[in-house]
Amino acid sequence: MTLTDIIIVIAAALVAVVYVSWRAGRIDRLHGRVDMARAALDAALLRRSSVAFELASSAILDPATSVLLAGAAHGARDDDRPRDLAESDLTRALRAAFSQPDFRASLSGKDGADELLAEVEAAAHQVFLARKFYNDAVSATREARRRPLARALRLAGKAAMPEYFEMDDSLLAEKALPVQAG
Amino acid sequence: MRIGIVCPYSWDVPGGVQSHIRDLAEALIEIGHEVSVISPADDDTPLPPYVTGAGRAVPVPYNGSVARLSFGFLSASRVRRWIRDGEFDLLHVHEPAAPSLSLLACWVANGPIVATVHTATPRSRTMLAAATALRTALEKINASIAVSEAARTTLVEHIGGDAVLIPNGVATRRFRKAEPLPGWPGEGGAIGFLGRMDEPRKGLSVLLRAFEILGPSRPGLRLLIAGGSGDADDALHRVPAELRDRVVVLGAVNEENKARMLHSVDVFCSPNTGGESFGIVTAEAMAAGAPIVASDIDAFRDVLHGGEAGELFTAGDPAALAAVAARLLDDPARRAALSAAALNAVAIYDWSVVAREVLSVYETVILGRDRVGVSA
Repeated sequence: MTLTDIIIVIAAALVAVVYVSWRAGRIDRLHGRVDMARAALDAALLRRSSVAFELASSAILDPATSVLLAGAAHGARDDDRPRDLAESDLTRALRAAFSQPDFRASLSGKDGADELLAEVEAAAHQVFLARKFYNDAVSATREARRRPLARALRLAGKAAMPEYFEMDDSLLAEKALPVQAG
Repeated sequence: MRIGIVCPYSWDVPGGVQSHIRDLAEALIEIGHEVSVISPADDDTPLPPYVTGAGRAVPVPYNGSVARLSFGFLSASRVRRWIRDGEFDLLHVHEPAAPSLSLLACWVANGPIVATVHTATPRSRTMLAAATALRTALEKINASIAVSEAARTTLVEHIGGDAVLIPNGVATRRFRKAEPLPGWPGEGGAIGFLGRMDEPRKGLSVLLRAFEILGPSRPGLRLLIAGGSGDADDALHRVPAELRDRVVVLGAVNEENKARMLHSVDVFCSPNTGGESFGIVTAEAMAAGAPIVASDIDAFRDVLHGGEAGELFTAGDPAALAAVAARLLDDPARRAALSAAALNAVAIYDWSVVAREVLSVYETVILGRDRVGVSA
């Protein structure tokens, strides 16, 4: 083996090491992004259940709607049920409350009603966005970890495969969208 | 008396609270009172003349499942109008803590209000969470009725105050006459069971083992099983293969088929091993005039007058059950005597009797008070 050959082998090995460590670093950064997105999603969900609870106990609603919302908001903080189901239930309860005929008209003029409704809608919209970003990050991470090199060299180490967060956040988010965009 | 009854759940969905209200209302009307019921209902549902529809109920998550409820200001104004037009002497709301019409009725009404609590809910936190919304409305209730001891405990712990215990009635008339199912009871005799198949305390396995003892020596004997929440195959697999085609599983039955099923057997069996506080199914079988074989738990001993209105056997003992059932199957005269005794004994649980107990609560509450009005 000539000196040139040795240099070529060493150079190739160096390139490979740099490449692999760059890939490992990327997967690591992606995991970081997932963690941050998850924290943002958790905060958004918490904020949503808080303002829903505030609306329920504000005495501007009829007592039946109040009990429904309070129950759903409380359920979302309860560890008894899977998180996605409980949060979806809160979405459905909010949707049922907000889609009553003349819901807004019947509340307008009451003390602080407009602000409170706007706050609930903004919080619901934030959940919609936060979940989108989180699932995006999960998707990118899963994609990177599925590559043959990442799997063969276990570049992700012991980090758990991130899971998508599925829940019903549809209708309310759609309704809130134009307000936010406009 | 003009009585306004509020039903929180959709009239078109079958349920315990709805049947209770229907039977109570009809018993009160029979006694001679004027009764109007308001209930959520789909617009195209045919309603009895005494029921006013309050519009379609919305399916919403409530207490971990989906319930069809009526809420919101629109529903509240419908209830308000119904109260104003009804000029009731008294309002009777059912399940007042559920987020639906009953709660709204308490909210908008002024005057004598009686409430009936049906379910025992271990989850009190919803109630606590919505305490302020609930308290104002529920404070207007003048007297509470609980249909069971468990419901009473829930009420005392979570809503506050005490309640009179008035159990559900039995609509004996609905069971008195019915056409047996085609081909039943048949030549070789038939034994019936009604109840949840997957709940051990209902005792189906005791009956199935007794059938294993009786089946081989009685080639025509059949078993008729009705009741939901169980896999039919699972029940059948507990029976030896050679007897399996003589076990007929109906699954969940509606009220009409329940009555027909009770008229389709020579002997009705209540093999419960415990956990019954009254035994509504046994009482319904008595109302159908079925000769009954029941385990000797306290609840059945009471309702069957210590064995006069139905045979008792040692709870959980398949051999004892088989012996008693065999004797009855061979003795038509004894069966006829038990049937007559059962019809007689069940009369005190009839809705007409229960309705009078409810009426005495009404009378206590309206004493010296004005009619029901609406708050401004």
